[in-house]
Amino acid sequence: MFVFIVFYFLKKDKKEKVRGVIALKKNVFALVSSIAVLGTALAGCGGGQQAAPAPANNTSSEQPAATPEAEKKPQVLKLNLHSEPPTADPGLSEDTTSAAIIRATFDGLTRIGADGKPHEAAAEKVEVSEDMLTYKFTIRDAKWSNGDPVTAHDFEFAWKRALDPKTGANYAYQLYYIKNGEKANKNEAKLDDVGVKALDDKTLEVKLENPTPFFLELTAFPTYFPVNKKVLESNEKWAGEAKTHVGNGPFKMESWEHKSKLVLVKNENYWDKDAVKLDRIEFSMVEDENTELSMFENGELDWAGAPMSALPTDAIPALKDQGKITTQPIAGTYWYKFNVEKPPFDNVKIRKAFAYSINRQALIDNILQTGQLPATGAVPPSMVLNANGYFKDNDLETAKKLLEEGMKEKGLTKLPPITLSYNTSEAHKKIAEAIQDQWKKNLGVEVKLENKEWKVYLEDMHEGNFQIGRMGWLGDFNDPINFLELYKDKYGGNNDTRWENPKFKELLNQSALEADPEKRKKILADAEQILMDEMPIMPIYFYTNSWVQKENVKGVVIGGLGDVDWKWAYVE
Amino acid sequence: MLIRYLGKRIFFMLISLFLIVTATFFIMKAVPGGPFTSEKNVPEEIKAALEAKYKLDLPLHEQYFEYLKGVITWDLGPSFTEKSSTVNEMISRGFPVSAHLGAQALLLAIFGGIILGVIAALKHNKWQDYSAMVIAVLGLSVPGFILASFYQYFFAIQWGLLPIAKWEGFEYTILPSLALSASPMAFIARLTRSNMIEVLGQDYIKTAKAKGLHTFTITVKHAIRNALLPVITYLGPLIANILTGAFVIERIFGVPGLGREFVLSITNRDYTVIMGTTVFYSIILVVMILIVDIAYTLIDPRIKLADAGRE
Repeated sequence: MFVFIVFYFLKKDKKEKVRGVIALKKNVFALVSSIAVLGTALAGCGGGQQAAPAPANNTSSEQPAATPEAEKKPQVLKLNLHSEPPTADPGLSEDTTSAAIIRATFDGLTRIGADGKPHEAAAEKVEVSEDMLTYKFTIRDAKWSNGDPVTAHDFEFAWKRALDPKTGANYAYQLYYIKNGEKANKNEAKLDDVGVKALDDKTLEVKLENPTPFFLELTAFPTYFPVNKKVLESNEKWAGEAKTHVGNGPFKMESWEHKSKLVLVKNENYWDKDAVKLDRIEFSMVEDENTELSMFENGELDWAGAPMSALPTDAIPALKDQGKITTQPIAGTYWYKFNVEKPPFDNVKIRKAFAYSINRQALIDNILQTGQLPATGAVPPSMVLNANGYFKDNDLETAKKLLEEGMKEKGLTKLPPITLSYNTSEAHKKIAEAIQDQWKKNLGVEVKLENKEWKVYLEDMHEGNFQIGRMGWLGDFNDPINFLELYKDKYGGNNDTRWENPKFKELLNQSALEADPEKRKKILADAEQILMDEMPIMPIYFYTNSWVQKENVKGVVIGGLGDVDWKWAYVE
Repeated sequence: MLIRYLGKRIFFMLISLFLIVTATFFIMKAVPGGPFTSEKNVPEEIKAALEAKYKLDLPLHEQYFEYLKGVITWDLGPSFTEKSSTVNEMISRGFPVSAHLGAQALLLAIFGGIILGVIAALKHNKWQDYSAMVIAVLGLSVPGFILASFYQYFFAIQWGLLPIAKWEGFEYTILPSLALSASPMAFIARLTRSNMIEVLGQDYIKTAKAKGLHTFTITVKHAIRNALLPVITYLGPLIANILTGAFVIERIFGVPGLGREFVLSITNRDYTVIMGTTVFYSIILVVMILIVDIAYTLIDPRIKLADAGRE
């Protein structure tokens, strides 16, 4: 068919031959000049990017002394969600994109405020028993976005549903703190035995396995959010479309064009709607970070970078020079894991020598460049147990001594070949190369690098098929147990190192039973001390979030875990 | 005869589809890691519950027959990663977008490519030829993502003529179409040029010239037809490719097409999506190849369909 169109085109040309030839010639000229343009583009692109003006940052400082109400800006945020949220169902959510949308459209019993602490939200009153094992929540008079009342039954239903093995909720283990939660999920107890019960429409009683000092933080986590029983039972796919999505949060979904656009509008049924100043949040879903930054610089977005996306690494130095970047630490640790069953890392002194001998600060200043913090402990700053760290960064002398002693203990004169593994990614590669170089310079050790595709890598790590391997961990809630628990059991799902220590285990068990927060903190600090004395992992840095934003966007709350809440956001 | 020929072709198409499904299925399962392998390893019992939910706990051959049944009834199953969508929904949402973008890019590529190629051949070794071929070489050798970034930089950021990204109307489709068409246009241009040059040197063209026909008539009536056959061959796979989406271009321009699924589903080990996109692509590909074979006979009457030829 196309061919015939071509014929037609050429035939038509014949009739208007003269004009046609001129047109052809013009055409060619146009083509040639476009090559010239392309050439200049090629030549000019290097410097061009930095010199690009940023018309976006129009810090309109026109304040004619009027009251703020007088010049009311449209309360609309334009954000990029990076990718399609896999789900908008709190029970099934397991990723940051979904969690952000769910936090905006739902309200848990508690909600983390700007101060980083949980505050009453869907519950208006919380009573905790003496032994910290029973919680009684009084549910506030509130409505779902479809007008149904929010009741204690909705919470009971939601939690039991997430624990039901048939639901297949990945994050069901977040509910294991509830009495019989774990057993119910393993089919060892009935769902009816789970320690959550709606005494009436307004009262929710929760019984816990152990005193859990961070339980009110957990109730602000999506897995603990309510779902509307009626809606879910009438339509299994309620959370997949804007039309059928029902929440009880500050915003409700107006439209959701999958993979393209999602619009949230203020929920007039929200109990705290007076605190919500935004009328609309428009999300685009652009996955390319360079495009996102261009859109921001062009004024099409109010925000670019973390927590929903990331800034392109190449653009970071320039943005930093212009002072546009905001950086905030989040509760995550980037570490290398040693396989303690494979020589030479079956020797603690050799493990320590490797961990002490790298210069974390230099790595951060030269390679990472976004203000990460050097990690000399496993637990990140927001939940820190020992603010001074457990060892000195870049401690070459001790490292050399330890390596010598360790090799003597093992009767080695030469270290066996060592391989450092990481998953294929430019960022991890840069870090691995820098550390490889430091080990070579500081310890005189040759280390080989090996990269693998992400899922292959994970499988190898979980199976102990590595010597040194890269991993990172982000906390789910703001408590050190998140990070210490990983190394409790030798074959625990996320330990990978095959390291186990009876004292460490014992301390963690103790901490679960301890109701006094101060004593508990001390126990956990002792545990972390053991972890750092044994060094099955080598902490490298604590993660940070970096982003650029329009200066008139205020009130966006980004928690210590990198979770984002737009409830209190507004445009000035 | 055409019906018999078609019947036979369709039968072979089904066999190739079956082989593709089988091979993809088993190769996919042989790759280490699965949809639930994650940085945060979940407790065993949760993993087991998930596998039971998605029927991954069945023996491999049962999963395979389940899947074959699914393909036949065109129920490709739920996505593992995108819990709110089924693979059918993902395809029916993404394909129209990719196809729209692809069709525009195709039109640009075919018209642009043939015109460039014909001009270059007619003005062989003149500046027109060289310019056309410089464009073609650039189009082939500059990767799509660089071209896309240039377009964004100049047309959207510097001159503000067109939007940078997103997919909300015709003006949003222009830059991605241009970027997507560059490489096939260049390829078609070179293919057309070299064939045209060959054809123009043949005896029957000389005869036509000797008859006193005008250059234009010769080109259109006698030369292009013959020169285009290889282009038609190339069009089959190209159409299948370009209509089902291009990962890089769609990513850069934030186009909600199907292209990303081909790539990301593999990274995510999203089994159902890997299978779904592969099957879908294969169907389009085999159909396009069939159409191309039929199109040959329209362009060149000497070519007969296999069965008809025996008479």
